[in-house]
Amino acid sequence: MLKRVHFGTSILPFLLVAPQIIITLVFFIWPASQALYQSLLIEDAFGLSREFVWFENFIDLAGNGLYFDTFRRTAFFSVTVAGIAMASALVLAAMADRIIKGALTYRTLLIWPYAVAPVVAGALWVFMFDPTLGIFAYALNIIGVDWNHKLSGDQAMALVVMASAWKQIAYNFLFFIAAMQSIPKSLIEAAAIDGAGPVKRFFTIIFPLITPTTFFLLVVNVVYAFFDTFGIIHAVTQGGPAKATEILVYKVFNDGFVGLDLGGSAAQSVILMIIVIALTVIQFRYIEKKVEYS
Amino acid sequence: MIEHRPFITFLAHFTLIIGIAIVAFPIWVTFVAATHDAVRMTQVPLPMLPGDQFFINLKKALFEGIGGAGGIPVGMMMLNSLVVALMIATGKIIISLLSAFAIVYFKFPFRMAFFWMIFLTLMLPVEVRILPTFEVVADLGMLNSFWGLSIPLIASATATFMFRQVFLTVPDEMLEAARVDGAGPMRFFFDILLPLSRTNIAALFVILFIYGWNQYLWPLLITTDASMFTVVMGIKQMLEAAEQAPEWHLIMMTALLAMLPPVVVVLTMQRMFVKGLTETDK
Amino acid sequence: MAEIVLDGVRKSYGKVEVIKGVDWKINDGEFVVIVGPSGCGKSTLLRMIAGLEAITAGEISIGDTVVNDLEPSERNIAMVFQNYALYPHMSVYQNMAYGLKIKKIPKDEIDKRVQRAAEILELEEYLDRPPRQLSGGQRQRVAMGRAIVRQPAVFLFDEPLSNLDAKLRVQMRLEIKKLQEDLGITSVYVTHDQVEAMTLGHRLAVLNGGVVEQLGTPIEVYEKPATVFVAGFIGSPSMNLLEARLDEAGAFVVLAGGAKIALPSPLGEYGGRDVTFGVRPEHLEDKGKGANNLQLSLNVRVVEQLGADTLVHGTLGENGAELVARLDGIRTLSQGHVLELNMAAKSIHLFDGKTGRRLG
Repeated sequence: MLKRVHFGTSILPFLLVAPQIIITLVFFIWPASQALYQSLLIEDAFGLSREFVWFENFIDLAGNGLYFDTFRRTAFFSVTVAGIAMASALVLAAMADRIIKGALTYRTLLIWPYAVAPVVAGALWVFMFDPTLGIFAYALNIIGVDWNHKLSGDQAMALVVMASAWKQIAYNFLFFIAAMQSIPKSLIEAAAIDGAGPVKRFFTIIFPLITPTTFFLLVVNVVYAFFDTFGIIHAVTQGGPAKATEILVYKVFNDGFVGLDLGGSAAQSVILMIIVIALTVIQFRYIEKKVEYS
Repeated sequence: MIEHRPFITFLAHFTLIIGIAIVAFPIWVTFVAATHDAVRMTQVPLPMLPGDQFFINLKKALFEGIGGAGGIPVGMMMLNSLVVALMIATGKIIISLLSAFAIVYFKFPFRMAFFWMIFLTLMLPVEVRILPTFEVVADLGMLNSFWGLSIPLIASATATFMFRQVFLTVPDEMLEAARVDGAGPMRFFFDILLPLSRTNIAALFVILFIYGWNQYLWPLLITTDASMFTVVMGIKQMLEAAEQAPEWHLIMMTALLAMLPPVVVVLTMQRMFVKGLTETDK
Repeated sequence: MAEIVLDGVRKSYGKVEVIKGVDWKINDGEFVVIVGPSGCGKSTLLRMIAGLEAITAGEISIGDTVVNDLEPSERNIAMVFQNYALYPHMSVYQNMAYGLKIKKIPKDEIDKRVQRAAEILELEEYLDRPPRQLSGGQRQRVAMGRAIVRQPAVFLFDEPLSNLDAKLRVQMRLEIKKLQEDLGITSVYVTHDQVEAMTLGHRLAVLNGGVVEQLGTPIEVYEKPATVFVAGFIGSPSMNLLEARLDEAGAFVVLAGGAKIALPSPLGEYGGRDVTFGVRPEHLEDKGKGANNLQLSLNVRVVEQLGADTLVHGTLGENGAELVARLDGIRTLSQGHVLELNMAAKSIHLFDGKTGRRLG
């Protein structure tokens, strides 16, 4: 952590960490503690009166069927997005790992959606599925599916899941392929000499050995689906129709900024914070466990 | 390795090509939409092949803007995005370099406390402290300003950790030699550590530039003045306006413009990008 | 049990040819060591026998089968890798059983073979451990066990000892030799280590720049190196190689410094040619002048005391070619001393100056 050879105490190190620490205090820790505090208050929309109510906001949330629905919806959304994005990336990476000629070209063509902003991704997908104009809506209509994500909650959910997974494939692909390529070649060769064909090698050698990466990606993807998809949902459905795509983050934003229910929104923030902390802890525990080759 | 599995090899290429098609299709649709005029873009089915309006649309979007986004030219939004992205990327790198340097190379009171405080930021994404952070920025009078858009986002645990890792791999003899040569701490930092971290800085810059350019929720909260809009926000405003009068050809042109800089960065600096991504996140 | 036959085997990567035509026959039960400097193609050659690299031209057969297009698992071989390539997520037992399981060998048979191999290699107590909990030597044994249980026709070793420390290396070297003798399985062993090359195999192949310079028993290679390269590569310290010329009659070798050495049997057919003259440091003596012996005088420059013997570095005459002599026991010699050296006529080597091939 600290170098064996280092500089002694002076004012300098304080000056060096100051910018980071000040920003952390002012824009992270103070607001987070405010959120904690506000979560214990009930305040009217105009800020005229406030009342300290202990955990009433949380009890309200716990008793609130709508909040529970949001929770379930978020879980479903995250698992589906992570599942689709990881499974497709894994398949693509496994295939790309086999290919020697042209591997870089494939990689290049697969990774760029990482750079597309969530809102922009949302705009692309909402355009393709626009109920009156969209090319897919049109195609679906021909085969007899009536597509209107502005009316059908299921269709809206499908659309945000697709858009969110689409954007995340690139990231997962890069990590999977890096993990596969860091497996020593001689292991694969030893397995081939042992008589394992490509499919068997994938399931008995490659897949078990990239488990740490898979777990890491699982956490990253869940975090992504929880937080970074805000832009996609905001662009595609605004949480609708009838809250069918309102996930936790969106609800915090909606209740706080649009509905001006400060205490409720703050209580939700605190719950989200706990989720992030849990995910971060899991992530850091797993990164410690790396596979040791020989 | 000798392996006769023509089917699997074929399957591999086939799957990858399908994958690329799925990944690229939305972009194709976007590009095609940006090459037609407003009239064609209201006729079902929409075209699948490019038209001839690309440059006309480009000019219109860049310099005139679209109703619904406050009539701000997209060119100006892109400029705003560029400024914000550069400020965030540079800011994050500078303050992370400095704090990693302090934590690795100095023994001073509260060193570990500072370290954990920085670590904590990892657990507090904007999304969980939206309102209070907004209030802080409002109180500081930083709404609708480049400072407000960038400074609250430049604390970075991941960047600090990465530089810490890099510094820890620098041999102790470096510092000993520098001391023998009479270099003080800041001299050592600028003359030895910075040059040694050059590729890491570059890799991180690529990632952070994309991060900064793609910021959405934060600018959405703190900018109300249309002249401060970033292009990513502009898209959303246009989408809302599209509910009444869809100008898809211009919206899609804007989408193209919005994704162009980060995508170009990823494609041209692929090596740096991959390095940055895998080193900061692991 | 099988013999390995290589016939005109070549390998190119693009335009670069790394194996330039190798022909040889390895007999059933024979242990052949391939040795050469790094980059000479020795690992490539082994990997081609294993089927891990495709061959560009020629033919490889194992037993009676041409294996050119067979996959590694179809060649009835087992391979021990330099880094062992143990599956880190499997126990020692699973590592050894993996290949047998894929072959769908019955469970009790697998168990019998693994137990037997563990017994031979003294790994019984470690069967349930993952590889990371083993020492280097134990991992090495597991890698061999994995090869043994397959009961292959051919063992291939790719520098298997190079990751071990010096002491373990000596021990494992003996174990491998003993194991190969006991099992009698045809083996090919790649190394860059002199001692392994000399001691392990029945025969030795010296590879240089993709060409087999010599294939013979270790003693043949030592006593009658076929080329200048082999002469310089085998033996430590290296053979002294000096530029020289044969006189017109082919009766004397004239060294660059002017020293003249009479040949025991004249090489009339090569008279007047440029040659390379070679003599091993250990064949230079400063005593026991016999009738048949040839002489050189050495100006001493540096003396290295090794205890058992002494390396004397010097030049022929004042500024002639450099030479090393390895003398028995401890000698105290100072710089500038002139040492009269003898060598037996049979211990000198002559190579063609152009082709580098052995003369006579």
